[in-house]
Amino acid sequence: MSNTVADTAPPVRATAPRSGAPRGEKRAPSWRGYLYVLPALAFYVLFAVLPMLHTVYLSFFDWDGVTVASWVGLGNYREVLADPDLRGAVLNALTLVVFFSWLPIVLGMVMVGLLARHPRRGMTAFRLLFFVPQVVPLVAVGITWRWMYGSDGVVNQALRAVGLDTVTRAWLGDADFALIAVGLVGTWAMSGLCMVLFFSGVQKVDPNLYEAARIDGAGPVREFRTVTLPALRGEVAVALTVTTVAALASFDIVYVTTDGGPAGNTNVPGLLVYRLAFTQNEVGLAAAVATVLAAMILFLVFTITRLVKPE
Amino acid sequence: MSSKVERWCGLLVLLVLAVLIVIPFLSIFLASMQPAGSAVTGLSLPEEWNLDNYRQAWTAAGFSTLLRNSLVVALLVVPVSVVLATLAGYALGTMNLRGENAILLFFVAGLTIPVEFIVIPLYFNLQAVGLGNSLIGVVLAEIALFMPFSVYWMRNHFRAMPRELVDAARVDGASSAVILRAVLLPLARPALTTLAVLVFMWSWNQFMLVLILIQDPDSRTAPAGLGFFVGQHGLDVPLLSAGTVIVILPILLVYLIFQRSFIAGLLQGGLKG
Repeated sequence: MSNTVADTAPPVRATAPRSGAPRGEKRAPSWRGYLYVLPALAFYVLFAVLPMLHTVYLSFFDWDGVTVASWVGLGNYREVLADPDLRGAVLNALTLVVFFSWLPIVLGMVMVGLLARHPRRGMTAFRLLFFVPQVVPLVAVGITWRWMYGSDGVVNQALRAVGLDTVTRAWLGDADFALIAVGLVGTWAMSGLCMVLFFSGVQKVDPNLYEAARIDGAGPVREFRTVTLPALRGEVAVALTVTTVAALASFDIVYVTTDGGPAGNTNVPGLLVYRLAFTQNEVGLAAAVATVLAAMILFLVFTITRLVKPE
Repeated sequence: MSSKVERWCGLLVLLVLAVLIVIPFLSIFLASMQPAGSAVTGLSLPEEWNLDNYRQAWTAAGFSTLLRNSLVVALLVVPVSVVLATLAGYALGTMNLRGENAILLFFVAGLTIPVEFIVIPLYFNLQAVGLGNSLIGVVLAEIALFMPFSVYWMRNHFRAMPRELVDAARVDGASSAVILRAVLLPLARPALTTLAVLVFMWSWNQFMLVLILIQDPDSRTAPAGLGFFVGQHGLDVPLLSAGTVIVILPILLVYLIFQRSFIAGLLQGGLKG
């Protein structure tokens, strides 16, 4: 490359001005670079980071949202641990992780196990379809399933069609089944994402690896364990993170399907934050629930990245 | 298991799953075509196809206003997010700023923020500055909420550009603004489109934030309005179904038009922290 650098400035940082903090650094500080970051940073700090800190701050107060707040220290947190409703919501969220996260990942694994060795041409169409639940609003998904689960809905219709009339019920109103029913909506919504993620991951595997495994006499199961699974580590990490966060922070689906009922059996932290802060005027307590929720998410995401990507 | 059996099992699994994904949508669509107020049973073809529910949901329930609000919010959130993320991603991806890793980490740390964690103070503080019950408040919050992903996405894109491109332009004396505009932006179209459609989708689908920040049901966006609609018309399955279809259709259309960008984004865009 012929260049005419000689008479201009040093090649790198050609535009760095002389002003900047005069600390005698080797490279003139490119303050202009920070100007590019500043607007994004300002939005993020003002409308996300400060509110987060503010939520933590509020969690130490007893406040009804109107009158003067009073400091209660860890009181709200003690209540989160002690109150069966609040504790129950946290446990429900953890149960939902099984349905939103583990089941879809297992389903995705099964599918990849069956399809990995036989790339399929029609896959693009399936992929387009499998992502639809990720694209439509969860509120709409929730309403759709609410109707599917109703006494006259598709689920019961299907059960009757195969002679299981005795099993039919209003699923979302049943104390024993409501949480499972809500969870399965999550399974429905998340499975496609996991499948397509894993499928695209497996397509990057060198076919020679499969060749080699087969020459060594590996059957489909061992092949899956020794070749496919290790290759999918990154994709599994992504799937686990996305779906776990979706389960813990779930709100939309629960709000429209059960609204926490029957008898609080499907309460989740998001629902309690909403209700405590905006209908029951327990803002401090709501902030404590939100903080516990965020801490749980942070902890799980950290653990997942640690476990799945050990490098 | 012979490879032939495996092949058929695979196809069978795919087909079963495809049916399972389609049934709920088919169910809600068929229900929306039944006469208003009628009792509907599962999957059943309406005796006569009826669009009256849509007319009712559109006018009586004010979906025209709700959809317009959704559009206004998305059309403000998308360009601001994309422009700001492009600027920040450009600096963080190509300039070797001092402290760049710390700044990036600060953004990345926000990737998993749940709405629950920010919405309480947002509600009170926006109200205090006169932005309670306003779409602008929602817009500001959404831009901030999507910013970690947006910056991370654009930074990764610019990071992946060949260094020589930027270096050569610098050598020629181009200013940083010119490098971005004339050299990097023309190459960034796919990344920008993907970011734009993802942000559009998140903005369109946002529920909890709108539900809380805008207390007046008529001033909300379509999904949040739909949430309120359930409370009012939960027993009128055909009418509720029509409302649901109205909220699903626009984003589904956008998805079909931009499917490549959507799928690329959803595939790579997972949180790769």
